[in-house]
Amino acid sequence: MSEPELLHIGYGAGFAGDRPDAAIALAHDLAERPGPRYLAFELLAERTLAETQQRRLADPEQGYAERLFDFLDPVLPICLPAGIPIITNGGAAHPVAAARRLRATLERIGHGGARIACVLGDDLQDALDPHHPPAWLPREVPFEDIVSCHVYIGAESVTRALEEGADVVICGRIADPSMAVGAIRHAFGWSATDWQRTAIALATGHLLECCTQVTGGYFADPGFKDVPDPAHPGCPIVELKRSGELVVTKTAGSGGVVNARTVREQLLYEIHDPGAYLTPDGVLDLNEVTVIDHGNDRVEVTGIRGHPAPDTLKGNLGLGGLWFGEAGISYAGPNALARARLARDILLERSREQCPQLSPRIDLIGVCSVLGDDRGEALEQTMAEGATGTDVRVRLGVVDRDRAAIARLLQEVEALYTNGPAGGGGVRKRLGESLRTSAFTIDRTLVSTTLRWF
Amino acid sequence: MQETSTSADAGIPLFERAHARAGDKGNTLNISVFVFDPQDYDWLVRELTETRIRERFAARRPKAVHRYLLPRLGGMNIVLEEVLEGGVNASAALDRHGKTLGYHLLGMTLPRH
Repeated sequence: MSEPELLHIGYGAGFAGDRPDAAIALAHDLAERPGPRYLAFELLAERTLAETQQRRLADPEQGYAERLFDFLDPVLPICLPAGIPIITNGGAAHPVAAARRLRATLERIGHGGARIACVLGDDLQDALDPHHPPAWLPREVPFEDIVSCHVYIGAESVTRALEEGADVVICGRIADPSMAVGAIRHAFGWSATDWQRTAIALATGHLLECCTQVTGGYFADPGFKDVPDPAHPGCPIVELKRSGELVVTKTAGSGGVVNARTVREQLLYEIHDPGAYLTPDGVLDLNEVTVIDHGNDRVEVTGIRGHPAPDTLKGNLGLGGLWFGEAGISYAGPNALARARLARDILLERSREQCPQLSPRIDLIGVCSVLGDDRGEALEQTMAEGATGTDVRVRLGVVDRDRAAIARLLQEVEALYTNGPAGGGGVRKRLGESLRTSAFTIDRTLVSTTLRWF
Repeated sequence: MQETSTSADAGIPLFERAHARAGDKGNTLNISVFVFDPQDYDWLVRELTETRIRERFAARRPKAVHRYLLPRLGGMNIVLEEVLEGGVNASAALDRHGKTLGYHLLGMTLPRH
């Protein structure tokens, strides 16, 4: 077989809450294309591992991304016969449980011969001995709060799994773009220490990892940035040549748009220094990048540069111990803003008296909320500038360790029904655990990954 | 005459000349900003200064404000440290990620020249 000159890779999800339907059209599109093709699903966010780890503790056969099979099940009958490997980080805190369930699915749908590779080694929880904490563990983190502990691993195991014949590769905390890097190295045989080619592969993964955010999602601004058929943005595909020529496009027949603007915005998404985007596989340098819009939803990206991978890997601790409470009440009609503001003042006074340990934040939705701050300075300024509003919602938010105190404070919002300003309505309350993360770095020689086959 | 000079003095709303996207990592926010027309790039670099950005986000008390210029993309990447009141991990705010804040930046009015 001659060596391929062109590969196609698509991402069918960009986060755990994404839509599964667009991925089906993506799989059909990929199946029509010649040469090496790959389909990846990015299903993790910063706190997903802590959430899934808690589910695993409650049920040993859970712990993978909750909606993983909403994405996988519909594309299996398309990808497996077409020879399109599927790669996902949706194994989350328990890739093995995901593989077991997938094995059962494959038998049921008549694809018992398909091979599943699990990538293991990102979960470092076993290293957490409270009597001998590892040197890389941040000292300031309360040990008892730790729910999960994962390191961002690179592309190496994905490439190996594909070389050994995997039809589906299930990972946990692999870095988002590394799924693409692993696939690209498999197709082209690019060396893991070829930093220039690695950077091209990383840029591919980075552009794809948020799925429709490069095809017109998180983009539309009527009159300024219009998006065709915005209810159906298509999943993105990168067509990558062995020469390094990289073109971003999207699923045939889908809505949305790929143009120079969508690609520029996604290039810098969640990037700090564009000259040094650190990943386990290498450092991506976007300082000289240029985008060329060829029209018809095809944008070429050139000028990508790469630098050697860092000696350390990033890890994330998932931490429990905090609670997040929210409650709201609305005021409408004449003088609504004055009544809402009075409700805010009452809540702040009651909070000081009843729950002095809490520091709630109270926004006035419709006047100043998302643009506000914890201290209420922006809200005061907006009010001083003569804000008006006839449909205003008072929103209280609070994060603290003391769940009972939060519950008591949320009750104060509900109590405004009979105790607060005139005409308050629509109280809603919710209180749940506030999982958080804390980053750490670990020497890469302390991390090793393995494959387990199902 | 008076009306003309008033509107000239009022400056240019940034959203008329540029688009933006916000992203977060922990308590750090980044906003990428790109001009619609490449001819406005020099104006953007000259007028959208770190000082003005810091003033715009003063209520969030940024620990640091960095601009990374990307002339080939016709834009810049703005990084605001510790402006997310704890960020997705610890904030009591409605928008814990700060995703809406790209448009707070675009709401700025900058001098015409």
